[in-house]
Amino acid sequence: MLDDFLVRALLAGLGLVLATGTLGCFVVWRRMAYFGDSTSHAAILGVALSFALALPFYVGTLAVAVAMALLVAWLTARGQGMDTVLGVIAHSGLALGLLAASFVPSLRVNLESFLFGDILAVTRADLVWIWGGAAIVLGVLVWRWQRLVTASVNEELAMASGINPAHERLILSLALAIVVAIAIRIVGALLISAMLIIPAAAARGLSRTPETMAGSATLIGVLAVLGGLWSSLALDTPAGPSIVAISALFYALSLVFYRK
Amino acid sequence: MSGAALITARDLTVGHPGSDRPVLSHVDMHIDPAEIVTVVGPNGSGKSTLVRALLGQIALDSGRVERLGGLRIGYVPQRVHIERAMPMTVRRFLSLPIRVSDAEAARVLERTGVPGLEGRQIAALSGGQFQRVLLARALLNHPQLLVLDEPTQGLDQPGIVAFYKLIEEVRAETGAAILMVSHDLLVVMRASDRVVCLNGHVCCEGTPQAVSAAPAYRALFGAEAQGTLALYRHHHDHDHDQVAQDGHSHAHVHGPDCGHGHDHLRG
Repeated sequence: MLDDFLVRALLAGLGLVLATGTLGCFVVWRRMAYFGDSTSHAAILGVALSFALALPFYVGTLAVAVAMALLVAWLTARGQGMDTVLGVIAHSGLALGLLAASFVPSLRVNLESFLFGDILAVTRADLVWIWGGAAIVLGVLVWRWQRLVTASVNEELAMASGINPAHERLILSLALAIVVAIAIRIVGALLISAMLIIPAAAARGLSRTPETMAGSATLIGVLAVLGGLWSSLALDTPAGPSIVAISALFYALSLVFYRK
Repeated sequence: MSGAALITARDLTVGHPGSDRPVLSHVDMHIDPAEIVTVVGPNGSGKSTLVRALLGQIALDSGRVERLGGLRIGYVPQRVHIERAMPMTVRRFLSLPIRVSDAEAARVLERTGVPGLEGRQIAALSGGQFQRVLLARALLNHPQLLVLDEPTQGLDQPGIVAFYKLIEEVRAETGAAILMVSHDLLVVMRASDRVVCLNGHVCCEGTPQAVSAAPAYRALFGAEAQGTLALYRHHHDHDHDQVAQDGHSHAHVHGPDCGHGHDHLRG
């Protein structure tokens, strides 16, 4: 069954949205959208380094994504403006990545597949990384759910309950780094943030509690993956952008049913 | 109710990163069981810093804070803002971070005068309702001390008066001590047993009457202090029923922000 590229693509997409549905809600609640962009753009540098140093692709990408998350946390703790730090890192990461890629002949050819993803080319080894990473992210989010939600509601209320908000913030940053690393093969560096934000934003209008929002976002992600792959197969559209476009359609629909 | 102080702070000094001037210097402070203590002071006088130091949320440069062993504190921070992007019912909010039973949730909402709000979205509440929900959440663990940082910010005058009345009821019913930070000088002082006037250090403290007459307090608050002082004279020294129909015949001075309502015409 796994011999079929379409089955592998489907499993890869479903594994990814298992993590992005719930993590995306935190990205929306905490206004971390730009943070997702920075980490994923910088991950292109990780891709280039992996190729240049002949490292396993996920190891290099994950290492750079985690380093970016920690660098952002460190710089903002030193009083640098979040917006500025993220803007500098996002674009210099992308620029450095493209520079580094130009020195790696094998990457010059298929750089586009890392910018926009290539879900139809996912291998069995990719599936192991994707499902392993998604399981870790979702597991951590469920395990720390009450703390993470409280810290996202209000940091001072969280502190008064004995929760360290900086700690929870770091956990979300690292979860985001893992998601970036596993998503880059599927939707590409430029569209990872879309997979986090759009299903969550669509779910917001349909939800009354944080839990229903996380569940709805995951469900919308699943439907978007199914629809995107169908569109790719039937209409020969690029798969990654199709998945994102269908998520956007759900968002537009959700505005009609928006519940305050 | 008497006994050991719930919190005692001795010679508290707290600095500010990147500044030589400490936010608080050599502050002594204590809170006894069941008393209502209000900290007043101008912006930047270190009110919120004092609260956070007493709660143990920030590092001290010197001095120490002693809390009664196992002290249960209910805390309502300043300017709680809940992102609209997060859907949140009142019921769900009360279960953060510790899940509570429906009965518990109903009890605290009833106590703060907003029964039946469980199913409402936090973002759809009025300012006054939200403040009561925050207070309800703070009451969940049966606190011995309630800490309220600027609890009436954004409420209108009747809302402020009603909120302080509620605070007094809660104190009377639960025996919890209450520490408030406020700049609603007129109303809050009337609701307090003790007022601490802060401006980096303790300028003066005592009963509301004593503080409002203290030169240090009047120097700090200027015209507004005039209003407070007058309010006390007005409130304690003569009777409304004897005020003549033409109203302002009796002497008292309103400060610029004096919003206390009394009806001169009907008497």
